[in-house]
Amino acid sequence: MAKLDLNGITKLYGEARAVDDVNLSIEEGEFVSLLGPSGCGKTTTLRMIAGFMRPSSGTITMEGRELSSARTSLPPERRDMSMIFQSYAIWPNMTVAQNVGFGLKLRKFSKSEIDRQVMEILRVTKMDHLADRYPAELSGGQQQRVALARAIVVKPGVLLLDEPLSNLDANLREEMRFEIRRLHDEFGITTVYVTHDQGEAMVASDRIAVMNAGRIEQIDTPFDLYNKPRSHFVASFIGRTNLITGKQVGGAFEFDGFRLDAGAFPAETAARTGMVDFSVRPQLLRLLPEGSQPNGKPAVQAVVDERSYLGENWDYLVRPAGTGKALRVSALPSDRHEVGATVMLEFDPEQMVAL
Amino acid sequence: MTDNVTPYVGSAAGNRGYMRRFLNLEPINLLWALLFLVLIVLVVGPIGFLIKVSFQEGGNGSFTLDNYLEAYGRWRYLQALINSCLLGACTALLCVIFAVPMAWAVSRTNMPAKWFAWASVLGAFILPPYLTSIGWILIAGPNSGWLNEGWRWLTGAETPLFNIYSFFGIVLMIALNAFPFIFLFTKAGLDMISTEMEEAAAILGSPTWYTSLKITLPLVWPSILGGIIIVFLESIALFGVPAILGIPARINLVTTQLFQFFGYPFKMEVAAAYAMPLLLITISLIWVQRLLLNRKGFVTQTGKGGERRELDIGKWKWVLLAWCGFVGALAMYLPGYTMVVASFSEAWGKGMSASNLTLANYYDVLFVSRLTQEAIVNSFYFAGVAACGALTIALCVAYVVTRKLVPFANVLAFLCMAPFVIPGIVLAIGFYAAYAPPPLGLYGTSAIIIVAFIARFLPISYGTAAAGMRSINPEMEEAVRVLGGGRLTAIRYVVAPLLKKTLFAGFLLVFIPATRELSAAIFLVGPSSRVMSVLIFDMTEEGRFEAVAAIGCIILVTTTFFVWLGFKLVGRDFMMRTNH
Repeated sequence: MAKLDLNGITKLYGEARAVDDVNLSIEEGEFVSLLGPSGCGKTTTLRMIAGFMRPSSGTITMEGRELSSARTSLPPERRDMSMIFQSYAIWPNMTVAQNVGFGLKLRKFSKSEIDRQVMEILRVTKMDHLADRYPAELSGGQQQRVALARAIVVKPGVLLLDEPLSNLDANLREEMRFEIRRLHDEFGITTVYVTHDQGEAMVASDRIAVMNAGRIEQIDTPFDLYNKPRSHFVASFIGRTNLITGKQVGGAFEFDGFRLDAGAFPAETAARTGMVDFSVRPQLLRLLPEGSQPNGKPAVQAVVDERSYLGENWDYLVRPAGTGKALRVSALPSDRHEVGATVMLEFDPEQMVAL
Repeated sequence: MTDNVTPYVGSAAGNRGYMRRFLNLEPINLLWALLFLVLIVLVVGPIGFLIKVSFQEGGNGSFTLDNYLEAYGRWRYLQALINSCLLGACTALLCVIFAVPMAWAVSRTNMPAKWFAWASVLGAFILPPYLTSIGWILIAGPNSGWLNEGWRWLTGAETPLFNIYSFFGIVLMIALNAFPFIFLFTKAGLDMISTEMEEAAAILGSPTWYTSLKITLPLVWPSILGGIIIVFLESIALFGVPAILGIPARINLVTTQLFQFFGYPFKMEVAAAYAMPLLLITISLIWVQRLLLNRKGFVTQTGKGGERRELDIGKWKWVLLAWCGFVGALAMYLPGYTMVVASFSEAWGKGMSASNLTLANYYDVLFVSRLTQEAIVNSFYFAGVAACGALTIALCVAYVVTRKLVPFANVLAFLCMAPFVIPGIVLAIGFYAAYAPPPLGLYGTSAIIIVAFIARFLPISYGTAAAGMRSINPEMEEAVRVLGGGRLTAIRYVVAPLLKKTLFAGFLLVFIPATRELSAAIFLVGPSSRVMSVLIFDMTEEGRFEAVAAIGCIILVTTTFFVWLGFKLVGRDFMMRTNH
């Protein structure tokens, strides 16, 4: 277990900046995810941490010891890390037990000690009954568990995971998210987890670093990331949202076709002047039948443009009167409104996030 | 990726012991230099010397164009060039006649016993062309061949029915060995065509034969043409059949003419100049073939075949099956059977009878004659060492190329593949020019033959090794490294075990042809480094067909054994890939 620091890490491919000035400090025993769309530089960052690539500039340090810089790079085998790969990279020529014991063998443990530790980690990952099988005889989920066991058994300073669940089917993916978090809680290994799936990141992580175009846009806990996004990208990448722009004029925010009293907003938002972008989550908007009594929150008249029924909720597209931009609203199954109907669209300024 | 290119270089900062850990200098650049050097010796040297020598005066080495004037200044030599091209064209045509119906039958129709067609193809592969010729000399030799003896006995005619010592004899022999190329190319093309293409024509009212002619055939035409080019090149570069059948019949071909330049008077420089057309034709036609097979726009080349159903062709399926059997009989069963019988005969002319039966030929070849014993040992020894050598080089190159470990790795790959466009006989002359004379003076040594074999078969090895390396996900190695193992640990515990099958296939794919290689060996062997193929050629000239048949059977049995081993351990597509 170790503390890991990335200071101004940059990776250039010719002119292109694959990773651009990434600063990240990971505490001992912390679980941090790098989350972003494909091509955002998250895997490149992970491979630089592992030592398979060298940064163009910046440094990576572990416990204050420098691992990588533009000029030097400790090879991966000397970093005291372990990694789980997208393809699992389970060696097909070795049994489950041999795969798991390989790292211990390299660390020159005695045969009996290796056997003991291998059996123990296989028990923890519920794979002990398959110790003598070859990888070809295992299902995808079982191979995933072997990869986990193999990476954890050496008690690495840092555990790296590169989209480990992307090759599993949906149900198994759900299960393995919790499994990875459970193993982290049990062993407390400092972990860096790369994924493009926000669900995975939110279940497993202490903190999430959202990456876009080589840069880290925001590092926060899952809760804060969702509820207090600080950029357009984060707001729209984490969950669904409506992005609208308002201008403060005379104590109210004027939006395209409607206005909301600035006093209803949190103090720091109300203090902003000029154009302000807001992120409004679909489930924080409510639809009320035309002519309902307002219940203390501002509401504007709107028309239902489209709707689809998703079972757990309605997905509405409503257009406030006198505006071109429709907003997405997620409503309970009992809130039925026909397409073309006029409704009241209720806002909750307390929860509208100014970006 | 530039990261892995340069070795880890220490920075000026930091204390010394700490820096040493950073200085993990991988010996990878050294390996690159070594491989480059080896490939210079194997590929660049021989071709460079071939070209150089062709412009040099024999003896003093000064620049001259006389070699070219002499090589192309006599009608007899030009005639040989024309003859070879004619031979290539006729052989290719005959191969198409043999192979295209077979390929169509196997790929598209409901012909029964398809394994029978495959057996014919495999048989043609197993029997080297000079052995087919020897079998056929015993069948259709003008005097003692049983076909002609029977004909005379039946009709009382004076002239033989079919004389194998003729232009058509040479064409037939080469075609019987080379038709599998066209079969495999055509079948690969046919396998890519969806039945729906044919059904689309059928629904518009086109009869089956019309569809096959107007839809199916044009679609596989590039594949067939690709096969034709390969057969043409094989034919013009082949030495064994033209030497065994052509020299007695006074039919002069490029390869036999080259051989004569190496006789008396010895004119190596003229031979080098005379080899140029062979080299240039091969390079340009291989280039054309690549263009043909890479051409986009043909649905057949997309790799998605779509659904295929077997075409019911009624009683025609029996005709096609008979055709497969007929080709197989000509290529394998007849000459093979004749050779086996001859190898157990005291004298072939005496016919089949109990008194003619003997084991003496085998006894002589295996236990009495030092010459044959040596040749047998040499053949397997050279082939074994060459196969290991080619495989080692190919694996090293494939590793640094697929893992992008060094800059300009593709230069190495290119050099490995280059001998593919150099006919064996030309390569041998190049090796002779480069390494036989002083200062190296390697003429007649085992070394020069082994090295020439390595160069000749390097493309096959490299193809196999590169395919094997590509099939191993780099993450397999990275998983070792991140757990604390170095690159060599990764190679030993993960890469090598995973490549086991590839290694074995790669070995056999070189070992089998190397045990029977004649074209590359004929110019390089000395008195103590003769191999079976060369000995067979010498003994054929002396007319000792019974002993030749015995050696031939030994080659046949061992080859069959190793091919069987390959099928058993590597898989069914062993030796049958069109893209080696």
